[in-house]
Amino acid sequence: MASPQVFLPGAETQAADQGYRDAVGRLSRAVLRNRKATIGLLLLAIIVLVAAFPGLIAPGDPQAAIYEQQLGPSWSHLLGTTQVGQDVFTQLIWGTRLTLIITVSVGALCTLISVLVGVTAAYVGGVVDGSLSLLTDIFLIIPTLPLLIVLSTYLEGSGTVAIIAVLVVTGWAFGARQLRAQGLSLRTRDFLEAARVRGERRPYIILVEILPNMLSLVVASFLGSAVYTVATAAGLQFLGLGSSNEITWGTMLHFAQQNGAIESGNAFWALAPGAAVALLGTAFALLNYAFDEIANPALRSVRRQRAKSDS
Amino acid sequence: MPSPILEVRDLCVDYVTNSGDVRAVDHVDLTVEAGEFLAIVGESGCGKSTLLFAIAQLLSPPAEISGGSVIFKGNDMVQLSPSELRHMRWRDYSVVMQSAMNALNPMKSIEAQFKDAMAAHGNMSAEAMRNRSAEVLKLVGVDAVHLRSYPHQLSGGMRQRAMIAMALLFTPDLVIMDEPTSALDVVAQRSLMIQIKELQDRLGFAVIFVTHDMSLVSHYSARLAVMYGGQIAEAARTASLFEKPLHPYSVGLLDAFPSIHGPRRVLTGIPGSPPDLARPPAGCRFQPRCPQAMPECAVRQPGLYSVGDSMVRCLLYEAAQPGRPE
Amino acid sequence: MRFVVRRMGLFFLTLWAALTINFLIPRLMPGNEATAMLSHFKGVNPSALHALEVEFGVNNDQNLLVSYVQYLGNCLTGQFGLDSARVPVMTVILRGLPWTLGLVGVTTVIAFSIGTLLGIVSAWRRGGALDSLLSPLLFILTTFPVFFIALLLLFIFGVVLGWFPLSSNYSVGETPSLSVAFVLDVIGHAILPGVTLVVTAAGGWIYTMRNNMVSTLSEDYVRMARAKGLSPWRIMLDYSARNAILPNLTGFAMQLGFILGGSILVEYTFSYPGLGYLFFTGTTNHDLPLQEALFLFYTLAVLLCVLVADFATAWLDPRTRDA
Repeated sequence: MASPQVFLPGAETQAADQGYRDAVGRLSRAVLRNRKATIGLLLLAIIVLVAAFPGLIAPGDPQAAIYEQQLGPSWSHLLGTTQVGQDVFTQLIWGTRLTLIITVSVGALCTLISVLVGVTAAYVGGVVDGSLSLLTDIFLIIPTLPLLIVLSTYLEGSGTVAIIAVLVVTGWAFGARQLRAQGLSLRTRDFLEAARVRGERRPYIILVEILPNMLSLVVASFLGSAVYTVATAAGLQFLGLGSSNEITWGTMLHFAQQNGAIESGNAFWALAPGAAVALLGTAFALLNYAFDEIANPALRSVRRQRAKSDS
Repeated sequence: MPSPILEVRDLCVDYVTNSGDVRAVDHVDLTVEAGEFLAIVGESGCGKSTLLFAIAQLLSPPAEISGGSVIFKGNDMVQLSPSELRHMRWRDYSVVMQSAMNALNPMKSIEAQFKDAMAAHGNMSAEAMRNRSAEVLKLVGVDAVHLRSYPHQLSGGMRQRAMIAMALLFTPDLVIMDEPTSALDVVAQRSLMIQIKELQDRLGFAVIFVTHDMSLVSHYSARLAVMYGGQIAEAARTASLFEKPLHPYSVGLLDAFPSIHGPRRVLTGIPGSPPDLARPPAGCRFQPRCPQAMPECAVRQPGLYSVGDSMVRCLLYEAAQPGRPE
Repeated sequence: MRFVVRRMGLFFLTLWAALTINFLIPRLMPGNEATAMLSHFKGVNPSALHALEVEFGVNNDQNLLVSYVQYLGNCLTGQFGLDSARVPVMTVILRGLPWTLGLVGVTTVIAFSIGTLLGIVSAWRRGGALDSLLSPLLFILTTFPVFFIALLLLFIFGVVLGWFPLSSNYSVGETPSLSVAFVLDVIGHAILPGVTLVVTAAGGWIYTMRNNMVSTLSEDYVRMARAKGLSPWRIMLDYSARNAILPNLTGFAMQLGFILGGSILVEYTFSYPGLGYLFFTGTTNHDLPLQEALFLFYTLAVLLCVLVADFATAWLDPRTRDA
């Protein structure tokens, strides 16, 4: 993996840099070669662009209730209008930003907590490990949406930050368990023994030897959290637990459902944001699967015809 | 002279992958006489286990037999249909694997695993199956009370014996063994080998025994085949090979063993490493490590030449006897 | 025996954690939802009011520990207070319970069966027609959010094709009875939500089952089974499937939490009056007692399933019996 260690002052940071550069380089090459990764990245890029420059695609105010109410799709309103006369298409485009912000924030925070809890549990061991693992297990078993609903009801009206907070509280456990498992398996590997015997200090070992190896799992953890967040946040908002004066795809879904969009002729009001959520989730999921395949070649698709065998 | 029970001709096994095929077994010829003990030795990665599974028709994707024939009791197994093959399995030949812990189903009792083999091949009554199970266990020195046990409840040696007992349920003509003693300690290894030899003498089956430990089989095998880089390097009677190894690789292998009785001498290993089978060399596969290599060894592949009773794949012996066509 | 003790221990510990979470939330959350909610309950039977005050920590000068103990006692005897319509929460829950139990219960069984079967077959014929078809399909099913699939099905089969009713669990104006007509009506109403649940739940199971099968199939004992000349069916079921399912039964049970969450959204989409729908109305009416009780019930459901799966594994897997 890393280049040969040299016992010179300052070489530690060099070694750390080299280790990371190797890992990142390998990762990038593998990503570009994988078809799922490419499609996922493309989708994600498109969505990010829409989030960044909504005005270019849908000029106009998404909140402006100036049109005729509950129209079906037409050329002037690609996706129809809402029950108070706002243009659905404009809402969809402008709602991208907040949706993406929520997804990325929760993903990042969840991953951060998972890494902290998982790695600490794996390396400190003992009672700390026992209690952290117990905590993780409890949060894993407790059903997520019910807890989310209860928490959100108390925080109703507190806006985006509230949603991010509750999603993080319920979502960190899965990644923590995976990272702990990997931490445990890495802990006993020989290259760590070698570093210890060489006399390296613990922070060095963690930064230079351990973390680059866990990098792919950390990235996978983030992607997994993102997939979870996209659907769950939208689900919460769909039920009406989002903030009702901010526009996201989930809140759009809520109003559409409350006003019987599907039954009354402008089904796209409900289906469009739903499809958008599905697409964003798909983008992250593709990247997640691609990363799985890159990290574990055994999972790659068996494209060759099955050999003649006797069973 | 009895005709051989097993004749392997020109067998090739490839691992088929998206980035090209790797030939793990390259044009191998072998014969096994009825009741004979043939050992196949070689270092890790030489293809001996692949060869074994190919003979037993137990390869899994991406490995497949890409050429040659395996003629067992007159039938070419490579050409048989799956149901014909299934008919022969276990009755005419059986398999013993390296680790009984992995080869025995952890969720079924010993008795159940014996039973389903018998049930698959005939109409024995439950009582008859039970009796036969107890009988074969007795053959290997395991008490019949262990029929009720699960694999994890038995000791390593007992598990291994149980697996051998299972292989003998139908008293087959050939038992194929893939390093059955490697997972055991030295004492258990010896004891198991003695047991296997006794059983062979008593029941008369042939054995193909794959191992990386030459000294283990030196007292038990009638003939020995040395594999290197997916090919047979030398095949001879065990005594001849130990006394006078012909192939430089065999010479190197035997030089690596100290002799208990003989004079003390410096041990030599074989420098270098086995060839990368994804990109095999143009000439002889052993040439890069061979102390007796000649210039032409790098460009021409030797065939399998007969020298007396033995076969050697080395250009040194090309002139001695007419070589078989490649 | 130690196994049993450990499992029961985890069960009770998690249950206790859920109960405690319920107790702590009203006291830790910013804002005054709890107070506002409780102010609606003027003139209500005093013991019910007290129970609510204890649970939510409002108007309560009692020692925290005393409140906690009283709260636990109330929960264990099913006293969860009143909902916003002054109906005992327990009564409301019992009304919706059979509908959710029926819907989720039946669909889970179907989804598990289909999922396991398809997972086994697609792993057995790895790279074959089913496997290649299934992979992209599965991907879509497991990635698309439940409510999107629900809305799609509602739109296509309910509105456009008009084959199924659009909401509720039985037709308006009908009275529940055991007549064939009524039963058919109920089933008809349950099909769209049911299919949605089956489709989303099965997806995850097919994926897990397939991967487990693939790794089981590469085990030595499967090769040994082939060597013994056992029939392919025998090998697939007796040596592979059984060994692939059993150690993962608990993992399967843990996916139930995810399915229950999905059922909430499905019930909302189809206005199906089960417990999930109550979650939604509870939100609109700021019905905290109802919601907290529902949370407990859902948690209990998952815990029970995990416990059953744990015991089934212990009973059926000889290796754990001796551990």
